[in-house]
Amino acid sequence: MIFKDKFEGHRSQPDELPTLAELNSELDEALANFRLSIHAWSEAAYSRPRTAVAAVAPRRVWRLALAWALSCVLIAGGASAGFWEHHQREMRSAAARVAEQQRLLAQHRDQLARQAEQQRLDEDLLAKVDKDVSREVPAAMEPLAQLMAEDVTP
Amino acid sequence: MQPVRASTCVMAACTTLEPMTMARAEEIAAEEFSSVVAKHRPRIFRFLLASTRDVDLAETLTQDCFLKAHRNWSSFRGESSAMTWLMRIAINLQKDHWRNRRMQFWRQMQSNSMGLDEASEWLPSGERSVEQQLLARERVRQVSKAVERLSERQRTVFLLRYVEEAELSEIARATGLSEGTVKAHLSRAVAKVRAELGGKR
Repeated sequence: MIFKDKFEGHRSQPDELPTLAELNSELDEALANFRLSIHAWSEAAYSRPRTAVAAVAPRRVWRLALAWALSCVLIAGGASAGFWEHHQREMRSAAARVAEQQRLLAQHRDQLARQAEQQRLDEDLLAKVDKDVSREVPAAMEPLAQLMAEDVTP
Repeated sequence: MQPVRASTCVMAACTTLEPMTMARAEEIAAEEFSSVVAKHRPRIFRFLLASTRDVDLAETLTQDCFLKAHRNWSSFRGESSAMTWLMRIAINLQKDHWRNRRMQFWRQMQSNSMGLDEASEWLPSGERSVEQQLLARERVRQVSKAVERLSERQRTVFLLRYVEEAELSEIARATGLSEGTVKAHLSRAVAKVRAELGGKR
């Protein structure tokens, strides 16, 4: 008699749930042993020493790589932005220095031009004075004036 | 007996009526969750191990289960027991994994029968003779093989009933099925296991 035939005699209603008590002793024992083995396996696996480093899932690796790449881009961008800003600042200060120098130079030229103009005016004034003075020399002192003029001229 | 001081009473009253801060509430919730993890983790792991027959996968799914539980701990209202709630999460995770990795799992199971042998290897020897031990291991192997061939739902119900020894109502709550459906799945599962054992005799 096969196992199935033996079991069918024990069941009173076809749709009733078979419990462990209803099952025949062989099935009962097999299920009990199955339970015991699963429990023992689980207990051993649960209490086994575990490694601290867990394997990283592939998706996490991609995320990690993406995060690294983004970080690198950000760092490179930040650094180049810093360099560019520094370069721009240097350029601005150099331009400012050149403009200042040019301004000073122009100022100096103006000053020189003003001085030259002033000197020219002074000389003109002196020449006019000299001319006016020479006209007013009395006739009696004409010979003396001529002598003085001869002494001045080289 | 010494009379209780009035100041002690006031202090006690103040302590009782002290409004609970958010941090304190979170601390209590964390302590509760820790105790739930300590209590139920081995059983969840065992169920997942029996379902997947892969120690690493069972560990991963157990971790995921408690991570998910931790995220949703505040929404757990105690309508069912914490164990049933956790088991439901574990079943869903296992189901998702089964859907995602169906082909890989089958290939793995076809290529080696380590899963089947693994369970039977752990059968305690008890006070059996060597011959009895070998016979018992063979029976466990047959049950494992039959369980492997069950449908996903039948296997879940079978393992909850005969490995975790859960009540039908508990299985129904954990799987989200009615008790009648659980009974039907269980009957079919037991019939298949019985047929496997009977056929190998």
